Amino acid sequence: MSEEKKMIPIYITGKKYLVPNGLTIMKAMEYSGYRYIRGCGCRGGFCGGCATVYRFKNDYKLQSGLACQTVVEENMYLVQIPFFPANKASYDLKEIKPTGGTLLKLYPELARCVSCNTCTKVCPQDIEVMDYMQAALKGDISGAADISFDCIMCGLCAARCPAEIVQYNIAILCRRLYGKHLAQKAEHVRKRASEIIEGKFDKELSDLMKSDKDDIRKMYNKRDIEPDETEG
Amino acid sequence: MYSQDMIESINRLEATRSKRIKQELTLLTSEEKYDLLNKFHPDYKKGTLRELKIGPNKGEKVINEIANLFEAYSLIDPDKVDLSNIDHDVDVLIIGGGGAGASAALIAQENGANVLVATKLRFGDSNTMMAQGGIQAADKPNDSPPRHYLDVIGGGGFDNTPELVNALVRDAPEAIIWLENLGVMFDKESDGTMITIHGGGTSRKRMHSARDYTGGEILKTLRDEVKNRDIDVIEFSPAIELLTSEGKCTGAILYNLETDEYIIVRAKTTILATGGAGRLHVQDFPTSNHYGATADGLVIAYRAGNPVIFMDNIQYHPTGAAYPEQIVGLLVTEKCRGLGAQLVNNDGNRFIYELETRDVESAAIIKECIERNKGIETPTGMVGVWLDTPMIDIIHGEGTIQKKLPAMYRQYQRFDIDMSKEPLLVYPTQHFQNGGITVNEKAETKIKNLYGAGEVEGGVHGRNRLMGNSLLECIVFGRRAGKNAAIKAKKIGYGELTLQHIKRYHMELRKVNIDKANISPMLLPDYRRRVSLARMIDV
Repeated sequence: MSEEKKMIPIYITGKKYLVPNGLTIMKAMEYSGYRYIRGCGCRGGFCGGCATVYRFKNDYKLQSGLACQTVVEENMYLVQIPFFPANKASYDLKEIKPTGGTLLKLYPELARCVSCNTCTKVCPQDIEVMDYMQAALKGDISGAADISFDCIMCGLCAARCPAEIVQYNIAILCRRLYGKHLAQKAEHVRKRASEIIEGKFDKELSDLMKSDKDDIRKMYNKRDIEPDETEG
Repeated sequence: MYSQDMIESINRLEATRSKRIKQELTLLTSEEKYDLLNKFHPDYKKGTLRELKIGPNKGEKVINEIANLFEAYSLIDPDKVDLSNIDHDVDVLIIGGGGAGASAALIAQENGANVLVATKLRFGDSNTMMAQGGIQAADKPNDSPPRHYLDVIGGGGFDNTPELVNALVRDAPEAIIWLENLGVMFDKESDGTMITIHGGGTSRKRMHSARDYTGGEILKTLRDEVKNRDIDVIEFSPAIELLTSEGKCTGAILYNLETDEYIIVRAKTTILATGGAGRLHVQDFPTSNHYGATADGLVIAYRAGNPVIFMDNIQYHPTGAAYPEQIVGLLVTEKCRGLGAQLVNNDGNRFIYELETRDVESAAIIKECIERNKGIETPTGMVGVWLDTPMIDIIHGEGTIQKKLPAMYRQYQRFDIDMSKEPLLVYPTQHFQNGGITVNEKAETKIKNLYGAGEVEGGVHGRNRLMGNSLLECIVFGRRAGKNAAIKAKKIGYGELTLQHIKRYHMELRKVNIDKANISPMLLPDYRRRVSLARMIDV
């Protein structure tokens, strides 16, 4: 473990701190004495709350990542983005159609995409952001929904976009349009919900609620388990 | 990328692999199990529970970390807060911006209420966002709500509150339809049939998913809809006390984390949807929970006189990640062991049959690391045992991991660990608050005009929650709370705003000599180093 205990300099909003090599940006900030209010959410790469931009000394390249998932490196100059003011359209999902026209009406700036691919390069989830923007422009709602699925809405794409598009808000709109209007409805769920309303399970459930622990335990231990043929 | 010490340990593991594949371990006898649990499972450890000295559960045992928060003074001096300047007047105040809070907000508004959501971090920062696996609902022809009931109550140790389990399983299909109508992209066959799989303890395949971002996709959808409907949300402003009048809840005091000001909210009805307690790090365990999971809702409801139930235990997941440091505490799915990955110590030896129950597996790993000192230490001082995942491809054929565990594979790939070639280091992690504040099937608490929904409430899961029932609980009880709170708000006016309950609680605390330095709720954990804290100047 020797080589990783080495202390390295990092620059948090320009101030130098020495931190152990191997820490994430988030833990390095805490090691340096910072206590998070903004810029920290799930700490596991799911919530998109800790978008960070950084650059190395004498390097022109601006880099980015999630503070909870990115390991510090020597001479990193970093700052977290506490909040990004993003344009979000309002709509009634029932009323709008799953078409490119809908997207352009709600987000006309979509047409300003110049395919520069900055969004894709900046995405910490490795999503082909530009590809789903192009799908959205073509009115391919399913494609945009599918490609954007792993988006955690961290805002880095929107922060870098020269066309001032908020990609992730268009992405969630595409997924909701797909889920609501394009995917087939699950009829078996509706059937079951009606059966419940009609009272089909009332007697069985109220009997279960009244049963004593020993009887329930017996029923539980006797219940059959659906085989899992996918394993093996 | 593993450290040199770890690579040497991996060499020992690889040296025994061919022998281990043929090695057969048997299930422990019930005596051996009991002994192992009794000695090493965190819930059974002596001195980890204590009797509460005051409040509605006085004399009952709860885990120490919860008792510490209950036996503590308010963050405010009830004599010094000016309650006459009201900042917000609303029908329904919802405290918490996760799955339960967002569901409650939408339904309360649909029922005609003027709604305010207050949340500690950003809207959406919650355990819901991190839930990967799925959401249960008995909606397939071979399944039924009574079957779901039996699985829930059996999994919970038969102590669950029956009317809550009934509500959970009865509303489940309707909850799925509601989400589908809001546009959640569930995994489906092309004809619309939901793709459902098993979870631990299910007798039918009823786990619905949205790839392995199920909770995230649900919450992103709900959040988008809350924004569409222009519902007021105040972020970075947790509730630090409820306001009461003669045993009724009349609003809450919020605390603006950025300006340090308090905010007075007068509400006809209030819904607590504050989530769980992972960040208390019970017995110093790592956690799979988000940054704000500090049991605030339990504390303020308890002070106002609402009891808690099943707070004498915590759900640990046996295989949390112990390395790399970036993902410590996050879950490594049980499916790895199901597919043949073995648990191996620093000498390259197995120490437990891998398909015992979660509590037994956790105890065995803890014993190996703490008592037998056979764990592997990481550069940041974590300890864990190996989960020999390359065995999965050896047993089932190359490519199995990438096909069956794509999210896990990607997660580790990010840190230059190829789990099909290298083992993973694991250790039990604090995962879920099985218990919580008591509620009834209408999501009403014992305090009039106060409701509870999601992980903050207890009873539905007994002492052990099954996978896929927490997302369901958020949606089902969030919707019930939203509806009932909105309907109630129409029938009543505003109440008087007082902190009488805090004054009484403080008196009780003084009577049993609780140190004034103990204050709660915690609001956020503090991960700064001691040296930093020792040098801190309060200006």
